[in-house]
Amino acid sequence: MNTISLWGIIIGGMLVTYAIRLSFIALVPQERMPDLFRRSLRYVPPAVLAALITPELFRPEGPFDISLGNHRLLAGAVAAIVAWRSRNTWLTIATGMAVLWLLSHVT
Amino acid sequence: MRIPTPPISKPTSPLHEFLAGARDQLPLLIGVAPFGMIFGALALTAGIPPLEAQGFSLFVFAGSAQFIATGLIADGVPPLIIVLTIMVVNLRHLLYSATFSSYFQHLPARWKAALAWLLTDEAFVVASIRYQRSDTVLAHWYTFGTGLALWVAWQLSTAIGILLGAYIPANWSLDFALPLTFMALITPTLSDRPAWAAALTAGVLAVVLAGLPYKLGLLLAASLGIGVGLMMEVSRSFKTGMAERNG
Repeated sequence: MNTISLWGIIIGGMLVTYAIRLSFIALVPQERMPDLFRRSLRYVPPAVLAALITPELFRPEGPFDISLGNHRLLAGAVAAIVAWRSRNTWLTIATGMAVLWLLSHVT
Repeated sequence: MRIPTPPISKPTSPLHEFLAGARDQLPLLIGVAPFGMIFGALALTAGIPPLEAQGFSLFVFAGSAQFIATGLIADGVPPLIIVLTIMVVNLRHLLYSATFSSYFQHLPARWKAALAWLLTDEAFVVASIRYQRSDTVLAHWYTFGTGLALWVAWQLSTAIGILLGAYIPANWSLDFALPLTFMALITPTLSDRPAWAAALTAGVLAVVLAGLPYKLGLLLAASLGIGVGLMMEVSRSFKTGMAERNG
C-alpha cells in the first residue's frame, strides 16, 4: 500500500476514533441526558469489565472451554477469590500468574 | 491553570492525583506493553514502514483497531473500508464517552479535549473506579495521569516492536495480566444487585458473542448488561414506591 493511502488511513482512523471518544463529552452534558440514560451510566463499569474478563477465561483459545485443561479458567477462578477478598490488584495478578505458570509446568 | 477549591475531607494535590493515576495504570501495562511490541513488529511484516507504524500508535491510539487495520492493510483492503472498520471497532468508546461526560462537565474545554484523546478501555476502567470515591474534585488529574501513562507506554512499546521486534516469549502469558487486573477493578463496582445483574449479563453474553467481529461482541454484551442493570434498578424503585404507598 502506498504512503498516501497509509496516511489517509491513519488520519481517517484518528478522526473517527477521536470523534467517538469526544462525542458525549463535548456534545451532551449531563443535564441534557434523559433521566434513564443518566442512571444507566452507573452500570457501564461493571458491565464493561465483566465483558472484558469472561471471554479471556472461557474462550482463551477461541472455542468455549470449561475443561480442566483450560488453565486460564482455573487460574482466573483462584484469582477471582483473591480479588474479592483483598481488592488488591498486584496480589490478584501475582496469584493468577503464579497459578497459571504452575499449571502449565505441572501438567 | 485553574485551581479548584480544595476538598474538605482528604487534602490532596494535582500532582498527587496525577501520580496516583499513573501508578494505578502500571498493572495494566504488563499486559499492554507486549501488545504494543507485537503491533510494531506485525506492522512491519504487513508492509507498513516504521514511520507509519508509529503514526498509527501516535494518532489512532487504539490497540484493537490498530491490529485489525494492520490485517486489512496486509490484505490490500481499500483505505475507506479500513477507516470505517476502525470506526466500528471503536464504537464501544461511546459508552465510555457518555460515562465520562457526567464526570467532566465542570471541566474547561481543553481538559475535555485532552481527556477524550486519552480515552481507552484501560484508562476508562481505572478512572471510573476513581470516580466511585467521594472526593472527585481533582479526579481529572488522576484520569490524566492514568491515560498519559498508557499513552507513553503504548508509544514506547510500539517503537521497541518496530526497532527490535517482539522478544517476549508467548508462553509467559503476560496478556493474562489484563483480565486479572480487571477482576480486581470490578469488585468495588459490584455494590448492589442491579450492578451484579449488569455484570453477570454482560459477562455471559460476552462469552456467547465473542465470535462476532470488530469487537461488536463486547459492545453488545456491555450494552445489554447495562440495560438489565437499569431495568432491575427501575423495577426495584417501583416496588419500593408501591410498598411505601401501601404500607
